[in-house]
Amino acid sequence: MVVYIARRLVQAVLILLGVSVITFALLYMLPADPVRQIAGRSATAQTVENIRRELGLDQPFLVQYGRYLLGILHGDLGRSYLQRTEVSSLIAARLPASLLLMAGAIVCELILGLTMGLFAALKRGTATDQALMVGSFIGVSAPQFVVGLLLLYLFAVRLGWFPIGGYGTFAHLVLPSITLGILGAGWYSRMMRSSMVDVMRQDFIRTARAKGLARSTILFRHALPNAILPVIAMIGIDIGLFMSGIVVVESVFGWPGIGQLAWQAIQRVDIPIIMGVTLVSACAIVLGNLLADLVSPLIDPRIKLQ
Amino acid sequence: MSVPAASEPSAPSARKMAKRRGVGGELLRRPLALVGLFIIAVTVAGAVFAPYVAGYGPNEQLFDGLSLLGEPMAPGGAFPLGTDLLGRDLLTRILYGARTSLIIGIAANGVALAIGTLVGVTAGFYRGWIGTILMRFTDLMMAFPALLLAICLAAVLSPSLWIVALVIALVNWVQTARVVFTETSSLSRREFIDAERAMGASTGRILFRHILPHLLPTIIVWGTLGISTTVLLEATLSYLGVGVQPPTPSWGNIIFENQTYFQAAPWLVFFPGIAILALALAFNLVGDALRDILDPTQRGRF
Repeated sequence: MVVYIARRLVQAVLILLGVSVITFALLYMLPADPVRQIAGRSATAQTVENIRRELGLDQPFLVQYGRYLLGILHGDLGRSYLQRTEVSSLIAARLPASLLLMAGAIVCELILGLTMGLFAALKRGTATDQALMVGSFIGVSAPQFVVGLLLLYLFAVRLGWFPIGGYGTFAHLVLPSITLGILGAGWYSRMMRSSMVDVMRQDFIRTARAKGLARSTILFRHALPNAILPVIAMIGIDIGLFMSGIVVVESVFGWPGIGQLAWQAIQRVDIPIIMGVTLVSACAIVLGNLLADLVSPLIDPRIKLQ
Repeated sequence: MSVPAASEPSAPSARKMAKRRGVGGELLRRPLALVGLFIIAVTVAGAVFAPYVAGYGPNEQLFDGLSLLGEPMAPGGAFPLGTDLLGRDLLTRILYGARTSLIIGIAANGVALAIGTLVGVTAGFYRGWIGTILMRFTDLMMAFPALLLAICLAAVLSPSLWIVALVIALVNWVQTARVVFTETSSLSRREFIDAERAMGASTGRILFRHILPHLLPTIIVWGTLGISTTVLLEATLSYLGVGVQPPTPSWGNIIFENQTYFQAAPWLVFFPGIAILALALAFNLVGDALRDILDPTQRGRF
């Protein structure tokens, strides 16, 4: 176990190193010149050159990357070009909002997805099952920005139940969470359905039924806990979906998280912020996958780590 | 729990049926797949015949397309789906936008599928150090936040229709590579491949006569489901303004262009949004039915 975790952690570090190289190289090749953005239109050639030298952008690629890597080892993600603040403190200030949004989305997708999947499994082969599975397909196929804008229009503009974007109270959290959670709800309902169908075929369920246990006891005491665990273990893998989703959802709702930070940084060619958010996201994705792999053998001892 | 076991056909008999009727016939028997095929057919027809169906040019700013106050016209009358901020007919733009979605959906997904299959087969068949390097690289790509990567790539390459397709392909090949890798490596360990090798078959013969035909169902299923992912990614990139650039209409950039006005004119978000959802849904429905038909072991699972 310890060896397995150690090996996975080494792999994770290598993967993150790779992500940093590729992102750094991509941003290095950006046709837009970040120095021009900082200096403004009226800057003289001399000012532009000074800023370039000051930021170390006149150095060759490998030197720039090496400096960046050394910084990371000291926990330093560099400074924002435009705001002149530490990227790490910018991200730290924005991270709680994103984590809150993701927590809200996880609650939504579990409530929605698990109930839909459970009902579909219990009504397997009926019209209800079909309708629920069409619903799950719609969840998977709905573009998040459209869902977000339509929810905003319906529940904020027309009905006035929720604020039109922004951040602060519980009411602000509801619509963005649903928007971010609908995609996952689609996946969860399908996984939950198949997991439940599998469990209901097992011998111990037949035994329970033969013992004459009440249907509700069989369902909620015996079947559900077994069916639900492998599905919950997938939350770690969700992180990847979330890291793409928050860019869109936060920009639709004006949610001050790291997705919005990244999006604004991309528009202003503020490369250190883009690098920082990409690395933090990649970290979260890698850790999420690792967590999912570590949790599954705890839930199902037949799964062996290798 | 009175689920009748007979309600679902057992795998072998279903496979026999599918063989007799062919995949196409089997597909037509499934109502959900039919709905999907219908939506795809309507979209393709709309895209191909856009100049004949649409009442106006895609970039034509109509004299009567804005109200006297300069606001977009609501759906109805001469403009069935209303007009946009610049007084262009929304239905016309959605019809032409279907071209963008379909071209990118098919081209980007085709390239992604080709890259994914190539990487997956190479890694799965040769394993060794080539396989290790390729699969580690795939792991690396999996760790990227896909949308951020796509946005950065689009920003570097400055978007045009084909560049957007290329960007999506460069992001989306990873899933296919993983699935094809798993299948190829389990296939190439099977006895009939060993037998083939023992008889002195060349690598090319093994690959093209034995491995690829076995992979075909997987590739078809992932190819169909992948179009849906591609359509959604294109719409999202265009909505963020880094995808297909106006004035070329795309369902995503129609919403991007008009979203400041969506509280007053919600149809400008609603109709293109429904179009994106419907096309993505259609390819998901057909892909799911194909998986059911081509891979009976997965039946009823997802």
